[in-house]
Amino acid sequence: MLESAVALAGRLQRREVSATEILKDLLPRLEARNRDLQAYVTLCPEQALEQAGEIDARRSAGEPLSPWAGLPIGLKDVLCTRGIRTTCSSKMLENFVPPYDATVVKRLKEQGFIIVGKTNLDEFAMGSSTENSAFFTTRNPVDPERVPGGSSGGSAAACAAGLPPLTLGSDTGGSIRQPAALCGCVGLKPTYGRVSRYGLVAFASSLDQIGPFAQTVEDAAMLLNVISGHDPMDGTSIPGPVPDYLAALNGDICGLKIGLPSECFGEGLDPEVRSEVEKGIKTLESLGCEMVEVRLPHTDYGIAAYYFIGTAEASSNLARYDGVTFGHRAAGAGDIVEMAGKTRAEGFGAEVKRRIMLGTYVLSAGFYDAYYLKAQRIRTLIKRDFENAFQACDLIVTPTTPTTAFRIGEKTSDPLAMYLSDTYTTTVNLAGIAAISIPCGKDAQGLPVGLQIISPALGEEQLLRAAHCFQLAHEA
Amino acid sequence: MSVTREEVRHIALLSRLDLSEAEIDRFTAQISQILDYAAKLNELDTANVEPTFHAVPLENVFREDVPGQPLPLADALGNSAATRGSFFEVPKVADGS
Repeated sequence: MLESAVALAGRLQRREVSATEILKDLLPRLEARNRDLQAYVTLCPEQALEQAGEIDARRSAGEPLSPWAGLPIGLKDVLCTRGIRTTCSSKMLENFVPPYDATVVKRLKEQGFIIVGKTNLDEFAMGSSTENSAFFTTRNPVDPERVPGGSSGGSAAACAAGLPPLTLGSDTGGSIRQPAALCGCVGLKPTYGRVSRYGLVAFASSLDQIGPFAQTVEDAAMLLNVISGHDPMDGTSIPGPVPDYLAALNGDICGLKIGLPSECFGEGLDPEVRSEVEKGIKTLESLGCEMVEVRLPHTDYGIAAYYFIGTAEASSNLARYDGVTFGHRAAGAGDIVEMAGKTRAEGFGAEVKRRIMLGTYVLSAGFYDAYYLKAQRIRTLIKRDFENAFQACDLIVTPTTPTTAFRIGEKTSDPLAMYLSDTYTTTVNLAGIAAISIPCGKDAQGLPVGLQIISPALGEEQLLRAAHCFQLAHEA
Repeated sequence: MSVTREEVRHIALLSRLDLSEAEIDRFTAQISQILDYAAKLNELDTANVEPTFHAVPLENVFREDVPGQPLPLADALGNSAATRGSFFEVPKVADGS
């Protein structure tokens, strides 16, 4: 296993290594491996080396620095970076260079993190494999014939390959946890509102949340410390102080009640995934956790509700891409309506068009009550499922995904089959709560399995402690 | 629950997407398939269930109306395909003078 980012930061603080030396080791390996992996849409080695040089100079001059100054990080290409193009892996934004930084990017820069590049994704974060990227498909670092998952597939693949072992993604229905599971790294979706969404290109605003990828739970906790907190630029961010998530890792989880929902261990779950997750549950038992059976009776309705709510919000959010103020503009249109229609037809790929269409349909006159409002009522039932379950347990454990990584091209012609790979993850977004995926063994082909731990809203301290204890015990 | 080609054509217009005939065909089939799957939502009686539009119970968020520093004009216009002076330039919007 590679050195953790927290440990690397210790060596930086002790001046055993400089930020420039770290980059000069990382960048050639990253550029070479990326030719096969295709994890990055944009690399920015010059800016990174310049930033590293500044940090090294400040450290030499004895200036006070953040404990994390000099750590390299990769960012999903939906996070606006001032002066670095932000494409959302879409032709629509192929040449978009944001004039401002997302709040998380601003916070990372203030803490001295060094951005090495922008990672590939399914166009506008819509998909579960990165095959919907307008540019190329990212490969799973474990098996190049297989998908890395998605939509944050580039960030997951880069993190799992240690290029670098810290990246950020976004999760609307599983887009951090599913690729983390498929690539074999840690992926955290924080509580809705924990992390500011300002500067995250919007997909479904009531579901989107930014979160970390890391190889260790400790590194994920460190990164959550950096990016969390209220932001006046995001009215939905949660006010009040943020706990120290690194400090929260200390202690044991003896006596913790873990809920196991039968709905997430039934039909559709691959037997090998089930077997690995059951071993993971044994590990939790050996740590003193008590297993209790809980019910999440509306799990089966999650995907349908999610696709109506998610596409409705997307159809509204993506209305802004009309070719006027930024992004692609079609040539030769006679009037502004024609310009918008041609621009959007040329700029968006098939999945984005399909979701805009579905979202427009469920919001249109005559169908709003039957589809959109119905889905929002079912969202209430899903939220209540979790509230009831958490009366009987502290955390819930499920597989992250029903299968391990599937082959490139296997599900591209059947959108519904692709959607169903998010069965265990989407309900968490609908309820606005937090969840993490941690590596939990491998199937017979050596493909990683992910264990999902779910907590109530703002339960990240206990969630991370349990995940940390699990990771130390299960790997040992 | 299926959609017709005419409905898909109408949605494409509302969505400002100039779709080809092949795309209209494909989306008609795929959206119908998704709607058929989603028909399972009707198995649940939700007559007495309030909708959840937002997972976090935040009330309306207000702030003081204080003038801030706007983006410089060049930055605001810099990503547009066509500008003139301090304006975005577009094809004609309305007929007449």
